[in-house]
Amino acid sequence: MNILVCLKQVPDTESQIKIAPDGKAIVTDNIKWVMNPYDECAVEEALRIKEKFGGEVTIIGVGPKRVTEAIRTALAMGADKGILVDDPALTGTDSLGTARVLAAVIKDLEYDMILCGKQGVDDDSAVVGSNLAELLGIPQVSVVVKLEISEDGSVVKAHKEVEGGAFVIEAALPALITAQKGLNEPRYASLPGIMKAKKKPLDVKTIADLGVDAGEVGESGAKIKVIQITPPEERAAGKMVEGETPQEKADKLASLLHEEAKII
Amino acid sequence: MAQGIWIVAEQREGELRKVSFELVSEARRLADAMGQPVAAILLGSNIKEKAAELGKYGADKVIVADDDRLTTYTTDAYVSVIAQLAQAQEPAIILLGASVQGKDLSGRLAARLGVGVAQDCVALSIEDGNLVAKRPIYAGKAYATVTYTDSVPQIATARPNVFELNEPDESRSVEVIDAEFSLDDSQLKTKVAEVIEEAGGKVDLTEAERIVSGGRGMKGPEEFAILEELADLIAATVGASRSVVDAGWRPHADQVGQTGKVVSPNLYIACGISGAIQHLAGMSTSKLIVAINKDPEAPIFQKADYGVVGDLFEVVPALTEALKKVL
Ligand SMILES: Cc1cc2nc3c(=O)[nH]c(=O)nc-3n(C[C@H](O)[C@H](O)[C@@H](O)COP(=O)(O)OP(=O)(O)OC[C@H]3O[C@@H](n4cnc5c(N)ncnc54)[C@H](O)[C@@H]3O)c2cc1C
Ligand SMILES: Cc1cc2nc3c(=O)[nH]c(=O)nc-3n(C[C@H](O)[C@H](O)[C@H](O)COP(=O)(O)OP(=O)(O)OC[C@H]3O[C@@H](n4cnc5c(N)ncnc54)[C@H](O)[C@@H]3O)c2cc1C
Repeated sequence: MNILVCLKQVPDTESQIKIAPDGKAIVTDNIKWVMNPYDECAVEEALRIKEKFGGEVTIIGVGPKRVTEAIRTALAMGADKGILVDDPALTGTDSLGTARVLAAVIKDLEYDMILCGKQGVDDDSAVVGSNLAELLGIPQVSVVVKLEISEDGSVVKAHKEVEGGAFVIEAALPALITAQKGLNEPRYASLPGIMKAKKKPLDVKTIADLGVDAGEVGESGAKIKVIQITPPEERAAGKMVEGETPQEKADKLASLLHEEAKII
Repeated sequence: MAQGIWIVAEQREGELRKVSFELVSEARRLADAMGQPVAAILLGSNIKEKAAELGKYGADKVIVADDDRLTTYTTDAYVSVIAQLAQAQEPAIILLGASVQGKDLSGRLAARLGVGVAQDCVALSIEDGNLVAKRPIYAGKAYATVTYTDSVPQIATARPNVFELNEPDESRSVEVIDAEFSLDDSQLKTKVAEVIEEAGGKVDLTEAERIVSGGRGMKGPEEFAILEELADLIAATVGASRSVVDAGWRPHADQVGQTGKVVSPNLYIACGISGAIQHLAGMSTSKLIVAINKDPEAPIFQKADYGVVGDLFEVVPALTEALKKVL
């Protein structure tokens, strides 16, 4: 079974987010870049499927050169090869543009399943997966917490997390799945894995290689335009609830909630 | 010219979800500013009687797509129907809930129509005839204000619990229209094999108006009983930090934070949670935050409206008792 994993590199979740002076981007100087946490689950699931059914796991990333590090990490976890699309024309690409580039890579590949993360933890869009499935004309199941594949490898049964429960969805392969945390516990790359990863193939392509028109990507092709980025509103300073005993504090808190905030 | 604002109503088991009314309410405000009508799209089976409820919140028109194959949400069927309607009638704007369903649907619909989508918006406005959407990025460590180019319709999803509900107007009448669409079984490539409802049928964290959350300070899974008791009393849902989920004390669905659920209840009570950046990212848009922690230096206190320094095993049960008296 051949599996493709779309992988985004994002700022570590520990990062403090500083807004650039132009108000349209964030300051990336001191940022540590990591594999998108949901994509770790996607890679892990791909490896488990490969371990059961055989086949190859290919990692696809769209972004600048630094993204090779995240792809190498996935290779060190056990994926077989990587493809990076790096092109100056990609600056400012939105989700649909990103999906178009991914679709252009994928049209030349043979695959049974595509795994994405539920969303990037940077722009939080949760759009690329479903955009991509539509462009490829294959079924999608998003926010998946459990995945079962029929013995003959033709049908996937995916548990999709919904508010207050789950839907169990059956789809014929090839299908696109977006991974939610809890799908699995991603493995760490082992030292031998890291050594091996260095020799695994990692192709770098431009959009011209893929036959994608520059007008379809980048800022010129974007359907979504960022007007400005702003910091969250400051919360008004809070109040410490004083009291001699826990009992007294609890009583005071109860009356604050009831009388001052009028929330209970 | 594209005209009007559409909202996609959301139903489960034939009951409209609250976010549907939030969408109609917000669409009404935007439409009034533009001098345009609001239509609600309602998909399901035997669902027509629910149309009037949407009217009370401000829909002028409800377009009902009634079909057995629309009983439960599937991406294929819902996207197909809504795309057909949108192509025929050309609304200017389509709003959906930023629920699991709405986020799944919006992305696929947008790609089918070749347009952009802004997910999980917390504020919407109209400028020069275009939708302008404010949405959290980095799980709320910053906000992006975005708009659309070359996109008709302009699609956005609205975060549940954020947009204010209109006062329902019982006297408002609504035009109910049967949708014209065709569904070809060969297009329906996914099937809902089973619907699993969580035991207890409690309100999901993303929709809860009140949340009582526990962190590693809870010491173990059994101890969550004191949070459950408080939550039961005030009709809250119990949440957790990632440490708790990683330790296996609570299921992943309970996790609040950057890699869990992003919540904005009216009241969030954090018990034994230190307030790591990833946790704060998931709950700092809560309207009122209470922190109970024995460490006065815990970062959670910087976000709290009311902070109690103390042992949660003493404070929480005492709070439950005290609230019983005032309720
Ligand atoms: C401030 C700001 C706000 C933005 N707001 C919007 C918006 O509202 N709407 C919009 O359409 N675009 C928006 N964009 C652009 C968009 O976020 C990025 O262009 C795009 O790369 C999508 O990334 P994502 O993390 O949002 O994708 P998501 O859809 O959240 O990612 C889901 C999954 O898709 C895959 N994936 C995503 N990106 C890549 C990639 N580059 N390479 C390989 N796989 C990938 C991964 O598996 C990932 O887990 C915004 C950009 C900025 C800077
Ligand atoms: C990629 C990534 C993603 C992450 N995503 C998330 C996420 O989505 N959500 C999330 O929550 N975390 C997330 N984290 C983890 C986060 O960094 C913290 O580790 C976690 O939030 C800490 O949980 P905690 O506050 O329960 O535990 P701790 O930090 O250990 O805090 C326990 C607190 O309990 C207090 N306490 C102890 N005993 C008592 C008592 N008897 N009475 C009162 N107070 C007491 C202590 O003073 C302390 O403040 C993520 C981390 C990474 C690396």
